[in-house]
Amino acid sequence: MVKFEIHDLNIWFGSVHAIKQVNMEIQANEILSVIGPANSGKTTFLRTLNRLNELNTHYKITGVVELGREDVRGIEIEELRRKVGMVFALPLPLPLSIFDNVAYGVRMYGEKRKKKLEEKVEETLMQAYLWEEVKDRLNESAFKLSGGQQQRLCIARTLAVGPDVILFDEPCSGLDPISTAKVEDAMVKLKEKFTIVLVTNNVKQAARVGDKTAFFLSGELIELDKTDKIFTAPQDKRTDGYIRGKFG
Amino acid sequence: MRNPYRTQNIAFFFLFLATLLIVVPVGLIVVIIIQKGLPAINWQFLSDIPRQGMRAGGIFPAIVGTIYLVTGAIIFALPIGLLAAIYLSEYSKDNLLNRLIKLAIINLAGVPSVVYGLFGLALFVVFFKFGASILSGSLTLGIMILPVIITTSREALESVPYSFREVSLSLGASKWQTIRHIVLPNAIPGILTGTILGLGRAAGETAPILFTVAAFYLPQLPHSVFDQAMALPYHLYVISTQVPNVDEKIRYGTAFVLLALVLIMNLVAIIIRYKFRKKKKW
Repeated sequence: MVKFEIHDLNIWFGSVHAIKQVNMEIQANEILSVIGPANSGKTTFLRTLNRLNELNTHYKITGVVELGREDVRGIEIEELRRKVGMVFALPLPLPLSIFDNVAYGVRMYGEKRKKKLEEKVEETLMQAYLWEEVKDRLNESAFKLSGGQQQRLCIARTLAVGPDVILFDEPCSGLDPISTAKVEDAMVKLKEKFTIVLVTNNVKQAARVGDKTAFFLSGELIELDKTDKIFTAPQDKRTDGYIRGKFG
Repeated sequence: MRNPYRTQNIAFFFLFLATLLIVVPVGLIVVIIIQKGLPAINWQFLSDIPRQGMRAGGIFPAIVGTIYLVTGAIIFALPIGLLAAIYLSEYSKDNLLNRLIKLAIINLAGVPSVVYGLFGLALFVVFFKFGASILSGSLTLGIMILPVIITTSREALESVPYSFREVSLSLGASKWQTIRHIVLPNAIPGILTGTILGLGRAAGETAPILFTVAAFYLPQLPHSVFDQAMALPYHLYVISTQVPNVDEKIRYGTAFVLLALVLIMNLVAIIIRYKFRKKKKW
């Protein structure tokens, strides 16, 4: 099933042409890894999917992004961002307790019943493999957690609002190898229920977890195919050069 | 030959000297006012009306007047200033017009207070026909401290990390929810700093209340916001320059009370700010 359909996408920030004529589909219940060197438009592309680019004043977009056959610009923005959750590059807890971080989005949706909130917090912390580590200290500040725990907290927080799609923007760039493995495990489990788009600077990570891999270069989508194929027999020699570490 | 250590020592000396030049006069002012004013302070001085042409008795009406005026100014200026600051920092687009507005507000903080006094006279006393009253005086003081409150509040709001806003929005919170639950709570200490600055200024200025509220001599308490009132800074001016043969003790005593009043009001705000800072979690 197709989750996202993107037609003739072009994005500018001021005079910078950040995304050039991108066409692609993102399948449901798959992990799509997006790789490419710095400034290749990966993060910009990702932020198009939940319209977070629109916070930038000099932002211009042409083309169509459809989520489940509906133009994302036709969906109410709060609704879209609930359906398309996001985990950022650095662990970014809100300045609240662990519990309140996870409950934040649900509360903003209007849920006030304590019981429901508690259930949601426990359920999503379990899904993010963090529950056992924090169940006795839910009222402590989220900033007391380690970096890896904070990032899993951010995953739980994103899950709590009930998304269909989760966008990961280099989620392991600040983490040690063990924390990275835990986050990757969580991602692989999550794809049973969610569609995942993972932007990563780590080519090996893309190879480990991605069902499909897209290679971006200077704002263009060079190649999108099954991960195995990208890493064994890429069609474009620029893709080959990048995954072999010849540039980027 | 250049000796970096000597250069550093010379720089250190001048930096220290500059600090000393600031600290010493402030210290002297406080010491002199305490030394000369404290003997005047007793229960009668704080609770009685001025007597014998303000040469004896107390300054109670002036204390009450100043408290009313400052309270009124804050009630008026804090909500409006905060709302304007939220608009300017969170909603207004970054364009030439809005930058000009921000610059104008910063400059308004530097307008001499007597200009605000004249403005208050023209607008509140004459045009709105509030007369010389606590209402006119409070509004004039409020307008005078608005720029300070707006500027400091705006800076406090803008110092909340941008990433918090992105996270909140990415979780499907609306813009207002983000401001209400994430930005505002973390900006409160800075907003209170602005309020403290405004408070001190409102309590101490003479010129804005001169035409709008201050009574030369009024041996009773105001009954409504449309009454005139005495106020400490103006009373101090009156007994220092307009009334002959006032005991020095009474003048310094009045200055001492004004200083103490501002300090007490600031202390309350500082304690609230401290409580919020302790809750800060990043």
